[in-house]
Amino acid sequence: MAHDTEVLVLGGGSTGCGIARDLAMRGVEVTLVERGNLTDGTTGRMHGLLHSGGRYAVSDQASAVECIEENEILREIAGHCVETTGGLFVQRPEDPDDYFREKLEGCRDCDIPARVLSGREAREVEPYLAEDVKRAIQVPDGAVDPFRLCVANAVDAENYGARIETHAEVIDLLREGDDIYGVEVRHESGPGKRTHGTPGTTEEITAEYVVNATGAWAGQIGAMADLDVEVRPSKGVMTIMNVRQVDTVINRCRPKGDADIVVPHETTAILGTTDEEVTDPDDYPEEQWEVDMMIDTLSELVPILEEARTIRSFWGVRPLYEPPGRGTTDPTDITRDFFLLDHEERDGVSGMSSIVGGKFTTYRAMAEEISNHVCEQLGVRASCATAEEALPGSENLAVLEEGMDDFGLRSPIARRSKQRLGSRSQEVLETDEPNPVVCQCEGVTRAEVQDAIDQSGSDLNAVRIRTRASMGNCQGGFCCQNMANELHPEYDEATTREALDELFQERWKGERHALWGEQLSQAMLNYALHATTMNRDNDPASHTEAVDYGAFDSGDSSVRPSSRRRSGGD
Amino acid sequence: MAISDDVLVIGGGIAGATAALAAAEEGADVRLVTHKQSTLRNASGLIDVLGYTHEGEGPIVDPFDRLEELPESHPYRRVGTEAVREALSFFDEVAGDAYAGDHTDANALVPTHGGTVKPTARYPVSTAAGLASDPRDTLLVGFETLTDFDAPLAASHLEAAGAPFAARGVTLRFPGIVRDDAKLTRYAHLLDREEPVETAAGERSAREALAATVKPHLEGESRVGFPALLGDEFADEVRAELADRLGADVFEVPMGPPSLPGMRLEDLLYEALEDAGVRVVSGVPVVGYETDDDGTIDHVLVDRHGQEIPHEAGQYVLATGGLVGKGVRSERDRAFEPIFDCHVPHADDRYDWFVDDVFGEQPYARFGVVPDRELRPLDADEEPEFSNLRAAGAVLGGYDYAAEKSGAGVSLATGYVAGGRAGAEASR
Ligand SMILES: Cc1cc2nc3c(=O)[nH]c(=O)nc-3n(C[C@H](O)[C@H](O)[C@H](O)COP(=O)(O)OP(=O)(O)OC[C@H]3O[C@@H](n4cnc5c(N)ncnc54)[C@H](O)[C@@H]3O)c2cc1C
Ligand SMILES: Cc1cc2nc3c(=O)[nH]c(=O)nc-3n(C[C@H](O)[C@H](O)[C@H](O)COP(=O)(O)OP(=O)(O)OC[C@H]3O[C@@H](n4cnc5c(N)ncnc54)[C@H](O)[C@@H]3O)c2cc1C
Repeated sequence: MAHDTEVLVLGGGSTGCGIARDLAMRGVEVTLVERGNLTDGTTGRMHGLLHSGGRYAVSDQASAVECIEENEILREIAGHCVETTGGLFVQRPEDPDDYFREKLEGCRDCDIPARVLSGREAREVEPYLAEDVKRAIQVPDGAVDPFRLCVANAVDAENYGARIETHAEVIDLLREGDDIYGVEVRHESGPGKRTHGTPGTTEEITAEYVVNATGAWAGQIGAMADLDVEVRPSKGVMTIMNVRQVDTVINRCRPKGDADIVVPHETTAILGTTDEEVTDPDDYPEEQWEVDMMIDTLSELVPILEEARTIRSFWGVRPLYEPPGRGTTDPTDITRDFFLLDHEERDGVSGMSSIVGGKFTTYRAMAEEISNHVCEQLGVRASCATAEEALPGSENLAVLEEGMDDFGLRSPIARRSKQRLGSRSQEVLETDEPNPVVCQCEGVTRAEVQDAIDQSGSDLNAVRIRTRASMGNCQGGFCCQNMANELHPEYDEATTREALDELFQERWKGERHALWGEQLSQAMLNYALHATTMNRDNDPASHTEAVDYGAFDSGDSSVRPSSRRRSGGD
Repeated sequence: MAISDDVLVIGGGIAGATAALAAAEEGADVRLVTHKQSTLRNASGLIDVLGYTHEGEGPIVDPFDRLEELPESHPYRRVGTEAVREALSFFDEVAGDAYAGDHTDANALVPTHGGTVKPTARYPVSTAAGLASDPRDTLLVGFETLTDFDAPLAASHLEAAGAPFAARGVTLRFPGIVRDDAKLTRYAHLLDREEPVETAAGERSAREALAATVKPHLEGESRVGFPALLGDEFADEVRAELADRLGADVFEVPMGPPSLPGMRLEDLLYEALEDAGVRVVSGVPVVGYETDDDGTIDHVLVDRHGQEIPHEAGQYVLATGGLVGKGVRSERDRAFEPIFDCHVPHADDRYDWFVDDVFGEQPYARFGVVPDRELRPLDADEEPEFSNLRAAGAVLGGYDYAAEKSGAGVSLATGYVAGGRAGAEASR
């Protein structure tokens, strides 16, 4: 039987995109389907820590070793997505000495470069640390942009011939007897790029092999073919601050606990996190106490956080997996390792494997292992090349710095654009057209927004994750509208309006968790701008009832200068 | 010697300025102390009275007809419909030729930069030719370097909103703008100062060059709309010259921050304050107060570069704005009025301060102090906090100006009443 594609990957997170790239580079024909945008799952809702392995150096040394290896590889192949911030494990006076020692030994066991700093030295590195911190271990933690990295994998997979379909939700697995041979998807606006307002279609996609990389949703996919995949989704909160209070990753050096890490990310710092099992990865409570706990607990390490401005909070769900029979009750005790479930071996159903568990930092290694497995099934001999081949944007980064002028941009903006685009800067920014700034907070220019629209259609959230536009202090209040303007005339007015409403509502969703102090004032300003000035809350264009224009003031005819009425050419 | 006046107004937005003018008109000696720029820098410069009812019905044709339907706690109900009318007339006098709309009680529907129309009661003359109920065909002009306003998109949006005329948009290059990230004021100043700019036909004045850029795109439309950047100080002249050269009426489309029409209104109000002899102190905040034995305010403290200077008056008007102007502030567990700690009702749980729909009925938008009919802020037991303190404008709670489209109107009406009463009482 002829199949539409050799391998069908379900899920457009880091795992799915990593697998798609790996297989495509090996010459395998791949199709990836994702129900929302790339990174719409856990990948777009994680903390942004490029683990050094330090966090697992005591509890889970196998993971720690894998982390440090992958950490080093990602710095090479994805330099434009990584910031080498370094990290500290900071001990407060009340934190146990034993644990500090174990951590240090653990790092050394796992070949994680680690150095002890005195309290004073630690405060020289990070002046906002509390005055009474005792000492710290310095490790090569980093910050990673999950959006950029995930999209770069997808783009490269496409460069190698893969088909990437976003806004294509798997609604059924095609199973005949004991064989899975494809899926049925619902395209929200037809196949290809998303365009708001275009009617949906469904499509059956058949494949020789299906890879279920839907993370916390893997159980739902499994259930479509009556397979049990025991993922245990566990939620965690992250709270974004308006500035970078720290430039280094700050971990609390004590046995597991909530609210024990701050990661600098672009212009912000992100506080995290919690670990609470939930039943439905799409519907779980997002609670005030979680946000309060981030601020209160982390203020013990970095006191100015208490008074600082929070711009939003968001939650993610870990796709934790526990092999049957272990019965761990506390989700923090469930291993962070990943599992490859071959349903033929496990359940006697051929044609599909599921991947569950794991971490973002190790996505490439996971993808490699899974791709090896898939290739074995398909009889493909090519080997993995993802550890050596740089991702688009990270090619020749060293050359880039020297060879580029600033494309007429103010230097801070040019610098930020270059950071985001890496080696693609030239290609994207070189334009004869004016290239004004669309998003002031993040310094995103029109050329970048247009480049993102080329990639992703009328979906402004997809533009956002590619560019960071609308992710700064104003949370889109001042720039959502400008981003939407960029869709026109390629997309018509109704499409543009719908895309704007969707982005604005999405921005509000996270802002709600930061509604006090400056950010509440900002929220009122945003609301006033969009409702008072633009009347977007009562836009006659969005209402069915027609406005009787004739009943309203049409101007004072007694003062209208009649001389300016056109008298038929001049 | 302590600084002493009859009336001290705190806050210099529309509400504070109106209060100061109204108090001065009663013959009182008035001082106005204001800290930062007012909300007018952000606001469109339109004077809304009421565009939608409390239930969201609208756009309302005649706002004065519907004020009585508002809830009892609404600031308009506190001052009464007649006072709202008087306040508007007061404004019309102050604004003179700079504003239009006083020839009718009906609201105007004004196209703004998002493309759709909004109801308002008074509008700057610069927008007058752009009203959506005026059926003349319209050309909208946007600029490549200005990302806030997309003229072709706004034109289709107007069509989708059912506006009774044909609208077309073009995007052009603004002559003389060399930087892609030039500030809005740069555009205005080019036109204000008639700066010479390079064009294909040689050096021309900025106004002439702009008209020449637009003219070939006119296809018989009798009015042309530009984003609100047509001059600052000499806006009227700029518009007149462009209109002349184009042979069409010229109007401005109100925009978001920084808003030139808002700043022009602020300038106008400050000129009026000067003419009325109000002493204006800006750039310094009021940070505290002391009371007499009988609990009235004796003086407030103004922070001048770290030194707290007492300012004394018989009557005080609090016009410090809402969440945007910083007259209402909040922390994780409370919302409050920072100078006098006047009672600001709010839910204890901050997750009850908002609803999930961004344009839903937002409790936070109604935060503010609650006044009696004299506009004196009330404490939690509904007693006046101080006998000689009144409040006006966005510092008042109980209304959502964004949903109702009532922002400047409430500030005007309550500023007028609070200032007038304070002036009368102080100079009695
Ligand atoms: C709070 C938190 C913080 C974290 N912090 C870090 C960190 O700092 N560093 C780190 O290395 N790791 C971190 N992680 C772990 C890391 O984020 C995840 O392990 C990783 O992102 C998982 O990627 P994934 O591709 O497997 O899953 P996902 O990103 O969830 O991808 C699965 C995709 O499948 C899609 N999908 C679901 N159902 C369907 C369907 N029916 N049809 C089509 N598509 C579907 C989803 O939309 C989703 O996009 C964190 C996790 C959490 C929860
Ligand atoms: C984006 C936006 C668009 C808007 N569009 C419109 C519109 O189209 N039409 C309309 O009618 N309304 C509109 N509004 C609403 C309207 O602008 C406001 O409701 C109105 O301007 C509020 O005026 P105010 O004088 O009460 O307060 P503000 O203008 O906020 O003035 C308060 C002043 O008090 C000062 N102050 C604060 N604390 C102190 C202190 N301790 N000591 C001294 N001074 C202090 C502040 O610095 C400020 O200058 C809009 C508002 C916004 C934010």
